Amino acid sequence: MKYVDEFRNGALARAVAAEIASVTDPQRHYKVMEVCGGHTHTIYRHGIKDLLPDQVELVHGPGCPVCVLPMGRVDEGIEIAERPEVIFTCFGDMMRVPGSKGNLLEVKAEGADIRMVYSPLDALRIARENPDREVVFYAIGFETTAPSTALTLQRAKKEGLRNFSVFCNHVTIVPPVRALLDSPDLRLDGFIGPGHVSTVIGCRPYEFMPHDYGKPCVVAGFEPLDLLQSVLMLMRQLGEGRCEVENQYGRAVPWEGNLQALKAMAEVFELRPYFEWRGLGFIAQSALKLSPAYTDFDAEVRYTTPGVRVADPKACQCGEVLKGVLKPPECKVFGTACTPERPLGALMVSSEGACAAYYNFGRKSFEKVEIGSRP
Amino acid sequence: MSEGREQRVLDALEQGRRRPPKFTAPRIDMSHGAGGKATHKLIEGLLLPAFSNPALAPLSDAALLPFGDARLAFTTDSFVVRPLVFPGGSIGELAVNGTVNDLVVSGATPIGLSAALIVEEGLRTEVLVHEVEAMAAAAGRAGVPIATGDTKVVERGKGDGLYVVTTGIGIADPGLDLSSASVRPGDKILCSGTLGDHGAAILIARGDLELEAEVFSDTRPLTPLVKALKDAAGPELRFMRDPTRGGVGTVLNELARDSGYGVVLREEKLPVRDVVNGACEILGIDPLYVANEGKLIAVVAPEAADAALEALRGVEGGEEAEIIGEVREEPARMVLMHTQFGGTRMIDMLVGDPLPRIC
Repeated sequence: MKYVDEFRNGALARAVAAEIASVTDPQRHYKVMEVCGGHTHTIYRHGIKDLLPDQVELVHGPGCPVCVLPMGRVDEGIEIAERPEVIFTCFGDMMRVPGSKGNLLEVKAEGADIRMVYSPLDALRIARENPDREVVFYAIGFETTAPSTALTLQRAKKEGLRNFSVFCNHVTIVPPVRALLDSPDLRLDGFIGPGHVSTVIGCRPYEFMPHDYGKPCVVAGFEPLDLLQSVLMLMRQLGEGRCEVENQYGRAVPWEGNLQALKAMAEVFELRPYFEWRGLGFIAQSALKLSPAYTDFDAEVRYTTPGVRVADPKACQCGEVLKGVLKPPECKVFGTACTPERPLGALMVSSEGACAAYYNFGRKSFEKVEIGSRP
Repeated sequence: MSEGREQRVLDALEQGRRRPPKFTAPRIDMSHGAGGKATHKLIEGLLLPAFSNPALAPLSDAALLPFGDARLAFTTDSFVVRPLVFPGGSIGELAVNGTVNDLVVSGATPIGLSAALIVEEGLRTEVLVHEVEAMAAAAGRAGVPIATGDTKVVERGKGDGLYVVTTGIGIADPGLDLSSASVRPGDKILCSGTLGDHGAAILIARGDLELEAEVFSDTRPLTPLVKALKDAAGPELRFMRDPTRGGVGTVLNELARDSGYGVVLREEKLPVRDVVNGACEILGIDPLYVANEGKLIAVVAPEAADAALEALRGVEGGEEAEIIGEVREEPARMVLMHTQFGGTRMIDMLVGDPLPRIC
């Protein structure tokens, strides 16, 4: 594939891997967290862990927006979707995320009008085409997808669409990372910063990592070579005793972010005082809601969702697994109350979550695979 | 954590996996039709125990029924594709090729097909004529008669224009023993051509994605490819499947699970068209799980593999065949891929529909 093949080149990968090995202190163990779910996907898909020295461990972070959505928010979405006047629209990977009684795929089978869209603008189009129905968009995602929701709402307001609203579940990346950094049992040496989020917010918001916590951060792109290079940049910082924010993804991420997108977000959204994350509990100022100027488009107001909290089961230990304190099979509910088909915690929802991967592939999910020569 | 405790957890999981699944879903949803884990649960948790019999039990593309000294191959398939006509083919052609292919990859020579048409009230006759002619042409091409059939009309809104159900019967080749039980470590895995063309063509033809790309369905009868393989490999041909719904990833997971061995792939050997790769990349889906309608996966003993590959490449529709991997002792019951990038990746069975990722 044009423009992408270069970033998946095996020979270049070996060269970068050799450089990483050359700056690795064999006496030391390094733990690096990739914050973003998209990075986790790349790491799995291309087998990046096999290219790293034994001393370098990648820890998968909290950055999968569908995985961290708490059951209560899924339940509320389902409640709206079940209303006969509603056409409920959402991204495809939202369909399987479990609430306390089921998922959207099952509710659709029961007769709810649920339609998968690729962009919130598709939801807006459906609203225009169906003036006698109420169209609700279930908005999810970090700062990556929030601007497109903001632009859609601006357009809806300009057009004066009365039958369109947004159930806002946008979350922000910095607070959960700060929450992780605040926990005393965390052992991490550095962070791979989320590239797509950073195209919007830029690199400045990560400066607290080196300044307040002494942890370096490299903002990285999503091709496997991007990730490998960002590991190398982190290892160099650690080796040279530097500690700063670096931008590996310069081809897409301006240091100051995308000011236009930030402006649209600032107009449409405001911070929630707190928001619940699946498996991680409540985190202050970690999510967005619609600003007062957009109350008319707020599905939470239009349908007065009760804000019911469905408690994560007491035994769920996602937080500990995320911090690397526990291995997945050490969690009390792993494989019994919590399975990929009926996940309780965030790490069991996506097939790339640490627990789901361990459930499917056992030790092979994190160990280097020794299976002899290539066929 | 102690190794002992971890091992106990892993053993419990493994035990659970070997237990026959129970089908507990309160309703059927779209994931039950996607060919992945949910479909497996439906088949193995509900249909298999209800119909319980030795012909059904292997769950292969066609059942083999003893008949005198011969074995009859018997298969059926229903086609519910939207749109009815897509780049590279249409539902009628697909319905004939699909059933012919299920017979030929089971090592059988097709001798007759049935066709049932479920037509929605209001369908334009010219559409029906196009599909009937397409079926006749495909049957002619495969050299098998459509010997019986049925027609039903359902009310407007109760069907997508036209559904087609085809059933096929054939005579199994007595010299072949194609099954996952015949597979041995060291065997090579062959793929007859590019992956995901059909599924990608349909996704794009639906027009929901506003993607424009020239992708054509690969629907075709596999008869000439299978003949070439049989001639070249003879009894060294161990196993064949056509990777339709669920794609190559699903077929190979079934092979790994049923044979008890591991399947090891090389990513750079997987034939995928640039345009299909590009479309999949944009949609966040993996060509390994995208449907094919004119490809086969074959397992061949190592000593016959090169000849089998040459034979496939010499047939129309097999020019891009590759040896994509091999069977190994380890990792048992799993599929692993050496990536082009230099790492390894576990290939799971498809969970639910191949829905796009958002980030």
